[in-house]
Amino acid sequence: MTTIFGYPLVVVLGQLVLGLVNGSFYALLSLGLAVIFGLMRVVNFAHGAFYALGAYAALVGLNVLGVGYWPALLLAPLVVGALGVVAERLLLRRLHGLDPLYGLLLTFGLALAIEGTLHQVFGSSGESYPVPEALRGVFNLGFMILPRYRAWVIVVSLVVCFGTWFVIERTRLGATLRAATENAPLLQAFGVNVPVLVAATYGGGVALAAFAGVLSAPVILVSSQMGSALVIVVFAVVVIGGMGSILGAVVSGLLLGLVEGFTKVIYPEASNIVVFVIMALVLIVRPHGLFGRE
Amino acid sequence: MRPATIGYGLALAAALAVPAVGVYPVFMMKLLCFAMFACAFNLLLGFTGMLSFGHAAFFGAAAYATGWLATARGWGTLPALGAGVVVAATLGTAVGALAIRRRGIYFAMITMALAQLVYFVCLEAPFTGGENGLQGVPRGSLAGLVPLRSDVAMYYVVLGAFVGMYLLIRRIVHSPFGQVLKAIRENEARAVSLGYEIDRYKLLAFVLSATLSGFAGALKAVVLGFVTLSDVLQANSGEVILMTLLGGTGTFLGPAVGAGLVVTLQEYLSDLVGGWVTVIIGAVFVACVLLFRRGIVGELLALRARR
Amino acid sequence: MKLRALITGLAAACALAPTARAADVVIGDIDDLSGLYSDVSGPGATEAMKMAIADFGGTVLGRRIVTLVADHQNKPDIGASKFREWADQNGLNMLIGGSNTGVNIAMAKVAAAKKVPFFPVGPGGASLTNEDCTAYTVHYAYDTTALANGTATTIVKGGGKTWFFLTADYAFGSQLQNAAAKVVEANGGKVLGAVRVPLSASDFSSFLLQAQGSGAQVIGLANAGEDFVNSMKAANEFGITKSMKPAALLAFLTNIHSLGLETAQGLYLTTGWYWDLNDQTRAFAKRYFDKMKKMPTMDHAGYYSATLTYLKAVKAAGTTDSDKVMAELKRMKISDLFTPNGYVRRDGVMVHDMYVMQVKSPKESRYAWDYYKVVRVMPGEEAFGPVTGLCPLAPK
Repeated sequence: MTTIFGYPLVVVLGQLVLGLVNGSFYALLSLGLAVIFGLMRVVNFAHGAFYALGAYAALVGLNVLGVGYWPALLLAPLVVGALGVVAERLLLRRLHGLDPLYGLLLTFGLALAIEGTLHQVFGSSGESYPVPEALRGVFNLGFMILPRYRAWVIVVSLVVCFGTWFVIERTRLGATLRAATENAPLLQAFGVNVPVLVAATYGGGVALAAFAGVLSAPVILVSSQMGSALVIVVFAVVVIGGMGSILGAVVSGLLLGLVEGFTKVIYPEASNIVVFVIMALVLIVRPHGLFGRE
Repeated sequence: MRPATIGYGLALAAALAVPAVGVYPVFMMKLLCFAMFACAFNLLLGFTGMLSFGHAAFFGAAAYATGWLATARGWGTLPALGAGVVVAATLGTAVGALAIRRRGIYFAMITMALAQLVYFVCLEAPFTGGENGLQGVPRGSLAGLVPLRSDVAMYYVVLGAFVGMYLLIRRIVHSPFGQVLKAIRENEARAVSLGYEIDRYKLLAFVLSATLSGFAGALKAVVLGFVTLSDVLQANSGEVILMTLLGGTGTFLGPAVGAGLVVTLQEYLSDLVGGWVTVIIGAVFVACVLLFRRGIVGELLALRARR
Repeated sequence: MKLRALITGLAAACALAPTARAADVVIGDIDDLSGLYSDVSGPGATEAMKMAIADFGGTVLGRRIVTLVADHQNKPDIGASKFREWADQNGLNMLIGGSNTGVNIAMAKVAAAKKVPFFPVGPGGASLTNEDCTAYTVHYAYDTTALANGTATTIVKGGGKTWFFLTADYAFGSQLQNAAAKVVEANGGKVLGAVRVPLSASDFSSFLLQAQGSGAQVIGLANAGEDFVNSMKAANEFGITKSMKPAALLAFLTNIHSLGLETAQGLYLTTGWYWDLNDQTRAFAKRYFDKMKKMPTMDHAGYYSATLTYLKAVKAAGTTDSDKVMAELKRMKISDLFTPNGYVRRDGVMVHDMYVMQVKSPKESRYAWDYYKVVRVMPGEEAFGPVTGLCPLAPK
């Protein structure tokens, strides 16, 4: 049997694929954070709460309104994104021009309030969301059994990540967004409605989190706390990638999924801290992150 | 006498009288420990302008170290407390050295991530007892002289510690070192151009704050007789921020007032509102940030200044 | 303005502390009402406690029975200080402690100091009746020893000889694993390996593939709550439940409800109580369901039984004096809807039959909440094992 570093090739390949699946979730979540941070200089602590909100939106859609997985994939992010816009207009807007730390603190409080409310409404034990009919079953890759749904997760998150990158880096809308980061007053003078742009950006970033929430609903238990630990990992991912860098967020998200996957085989006990260790190392070598600029 | 002196005198008299009027000494001691924690945290946030989102790591690690030495190793109360403080200082140096490489929100996120690392270590290490926590930490005695078994004796020791820390922090802030910290808070670039090696000042401030936080945590372990995961949890880092913010960042008394409010709320609010406590704490956070960023004591001081 | 509202709220909170008259019998409940465990026990448990008091008639020895309820928010300091406060100021006669072993150990110390009978119903930690035992503790419903014992013994005897454990990487997970591994080996089985999984891992698939690679017949899930649910979901998704028998070392009815039968079917688990055992349990379950819109878990029934048992002991002893009531508790037989034949052992364990269950398939389930079939009723002595000798009250 072929081995790599003493581990059978099939094991290594299997973990590679699974790492990619987890990396896809990290990439989607850190992408949303990076988009929000890039334009608003707000570290969105409520990202994990919006992720849970997305999953619950899909769940309520299915159980109460009879909206299936496929429409939910579009509708849940829209609904949650709209909530994000409201939160921006009502709350975050008022912190404009203040130290960005206040944005972090505000969204921290917001996260507590959202997760607490979800807990009160839906209880603590969580609920399951069924895997959609079309994606049930498995692929036999020879070296492993890969559930179709996990394969779908990889494909769709890569498409969404690339799409977001394309919109921001290669379209006129994206150019306007980037301009707003550089010099908002000037852009305002050109007749662009910057406040609307900012609100829409927050809505968009939050919608990405909700999208990740819907995507993960069929594979993990939907509960009010599902995003609270994840958000800290994603913070570390973003620090590693370089804050505000879209490409950095996506690439480091995927990479960390892979590294974590290998750790699960080599030293499973450490698999949840490896992200933080890497973050510390990156900070020593490149304080601004792998893709960050000074 | 100045009104401030009278105020302090009254507060101290009230604090001294607490055991006599039937307020729970244990509750008050817990409150004072959190007040110390918040004051230590404020040294960093309020007077140096650095927001750490991982101070529970120092508070909890010191508590675990003290608790473990006092129970498993049979150390005396004072040496165990001292060792806890040393652990917090060491951890503070390591975390601080990494975290001060970035500023502002990056700093906040890095401290949070590193604190999460500490949490996982405490969760998984065999000596912490995992979900059971470290239980039955003996109170022992103060250098073999004053037995601390009685709540009243312990209360006066804790009160003494609080007053000591409060004075120490005042002393630090008013010292030349404290002035440099304030200069860094106001304008880091200017402090650099004045020739200060600001990284050294920032690190020292961080280590001081971590050490004092550790002292608060270690003392809490001795007072309550147990250490559990809730001490190192990220939520605890969030709560100390709330205490400081609510009471007033950058004021001396604010964090203590904030700690008093938050601890009392946690203890009694749930009787009124049941499971909505988390939501309410979150809402208080949002309200603080939006409506009174100066905090209670800060607003009062501003009110007086306006007159 | 905001400030004033806050202060008034606070003052109101302080004033609201319920007042009990000296003549009342005061029963307290300190539980997780707002966190992770609030569905397993939580507000439903408080309701069950009140049902027991109502069924008893609302008075004992001619004295009114009143209740105090608090949320410990999973913080031991809050649990312990509430307990102490009630004992000193509210004339507390008995306390039921809900979920979270850490909080309950802290409260047990208060029980010993204040000499108040203390019934932990819901924490799994066996240390409550071992290293941390007190003369006033009665550990109700279940502990980790009984759960691991029940499931592991039954499966090994049924032919599941080789095991691989998926263990939550902290003290509690190791306790579950060790307890089960001991039983497996004692019954001629073999443990092929274990993987230690960090708590609250976001994805269990790679650990599960390692388990599958071991070639063991049984996968023992030494974890709880959300981790248990997520590992079971992934095991199902990756087809591992087809080649290995899943065995839960700590699972509740609410977990199975979250998972759904499609995913959970075939799973072995042990429970101290189930709502669909006999007419008596079904009658209780129906009353409970009408109030809470959910079926009761073993914790809920445990709360009911613990309250009733205490009141019966008070009635028999003719006093609320703690030491006399404890003596009566350790003498009496417990027979109610929770157990037909329970008794309190000298170390404080309430010994009673445990039920080894298998989760039904969707086809076998005939009505809502019809989840388990009884594989074996395990006598209490076998489930809880012999006295360990770790508790000073109960030398070997």
